[in-house]
Amino acid sequence: MPRLKFLFKPQNELEKRGRKAAPLYGEPEKTCPNCHRTLTVKTLEETYGVCSCGYHFRMGAKERLDFIADKDSFYELFGDIRSTDPLSFPGYQEKLRKAESVSGGKEAVLTGTCTIKGEKCALFIMDSLFMMGSMGAATGEKITRLFEYATGNNLPVVGFTVSGGARMQEGMLSLMQMAATSGAVKRHSNKGLFYLTVLTDPTTGGVTASFAMEGDIIIAEPGATIGFAGARVVEQTTRQPLPKGFQTAESMLDHGFVDAIVSRDEEKEMIRLLLAMHRREENERI
Amino acid sequence: MSAYDIVRIARSGSRPTGSDYVKSIFSPFVELHGDRRYADDAAIFAGIGMLDGMAVTAIAIDKGHDTEERTKRHFGAPEPEGYRKALRLMKEAAKFHRPIVTFVDTSGAYCGIDAEERGQGEAIAENLWEMMDLDTPILAILIGEGGSGGAIALAASDRVWMLENSVYSVISPEGCASILWKDAGKAAEAAEGLKLTAHDALSLGIAEEIISEDGLGGKAFYNRLGEKIKAELDALCCESELLQKRYDRFRSFGRKYTEKR
Repeated sequence: MPRLKFLFKPQNELEKRGRKAAPLYGEPEKTCPNCHRTLTVKTLEETYGVCSCGYHFRMGAKERLDFIADKDSFYELFGDIRSTDPLSFPGYQEKLRKAESVSGGKEAVLTGTCTIKGEKCALFIMDSLFMMGSMGAATGEKITRLFEYATGNNLPVVGFTVSGGARMQEGMLSLMQMAATSGAVKRHSNKGLFYLTVLTDPTTGGVTASFAMEGDIIIAEPGATIGFAGARVVEQTTRQPLPKGFQTAESMLDHGFVDAIVSRDEEKEMIRLLLAMHRREENERI
Repeated sequence: MSAYDIVRIARSGSRPTGSDYVKSIFSPFVELHGDRRYADDAAIFAGIGMLDGMAVTAIAIDKGHDTEERTKRHFGAPEPEGYRKALRLMKEAAKFHRPIVTFVDTSGAYCGIDAEERGQGEAIAENLWEMMDLDTPILAILIGEGGSGGAIALAASDRVWMLENSVYSVISPEGCASILWKDAGKAAEAAEGLKLTAHDALSLGIAEEIISEDGLGGKAFYNRLGEKIKAELDALCCESELLQKRYDRFRSFGRKYTEKR
């Protein structure tokens, strides 16, 4: 299994030393935070943002969609659902507008249907470029609706998670989305339908504590940060040094919380295979 | 009174703790322990009790009164085992069609290396997933702090009541201020912005009732609350399509507080 070998420091520690966030696939930055190798943008494009040391750069939702869905197969659903500022939270409107321009999307999640190597599914991809994939009422609403749609149309759901957690600026309303999405996932499950989650860097907070951990099968990308409380908060609260690789996909695998770590070059085939294995009608073409 | 004043009252060590409510309202009461997986988390005080002839499963987060008890109960911050114990007992309740009352009072789920490694996020997710489909009435009462995922893990319910001076929030005001403004000193502003009081919850539709704190912790207070709980559970027990209504309850916020553009 492709475990990321942490060459210098665990990523969380890298972040602590003043690194704001891991560089993003597609950005001009080219130094791998794991092995410090310099990479050209072209190389990264060819490898879908994977360094030769195995480090997986973050991917925006749009790049992820191009990477994962068959060409022209994506049909966007609920794309018009937007966040409002229900609590009139200071500075939130500006943050939303900025997130829209940075990500080119309208919300922290992209929802729709597509085929992945010919297998039809409902798909959601969270967007780290939109307020770090934080979950507000609109994010939760889109995911809930996608599950309802999938339940109504007997479709499996494939979901890529990336999130800093519930969105502070919508207060309790963000929190309620944890229950709303969980309820929709449960109904989808009760109908005997398949839900596959792919945890990508970072999946934390209220998203980990709801639909990210509710998949029938949960796979993760190598090196992805996966946890509930933030690593820095844990360190400050416990005043203990964090173990190496704390809250990584590798550690989650060792503790039994993810089914497998799948590197990006094998991801698409793995998803196709799992979808095919869960197909309800018999088909010899697996 | 400012929102932050209410936060301070909600956190006050002099308030009754979860187990005080359970012991005062249910009689007799049998405490039940353990998640049948790994451990018994003392932050969760739970069991089955009688309320005016009705058997009820009661689950409370308990912060503890003195230093020794607080250490034992780690200040009411449940570990994954606490949530798993709660879920085990809630499923047992559903099996016997027994209603459930939860008393929520936590600054949040336990924040620690072990808790993370034993799946804090997974434990909360599992609770939400199951509670949204648990075929028995669930009433959640926020008696102090309703801290984020650690609180909703016991509050995915048919009704949410909040004590007058309880709060319900996605993050602590201090945490919010330090993330947004890099200054935990602006917690009072954050508390205002987060709209975390019982009155805010009522107007957002997140809570159905505000419980008066007149005589808080006294016999009359518990009698009044006990009667109110009994009446609500009686009503919920004859409710039709309970699960659909619970689903719609949580489903409604996404509809109400988003727009199409």
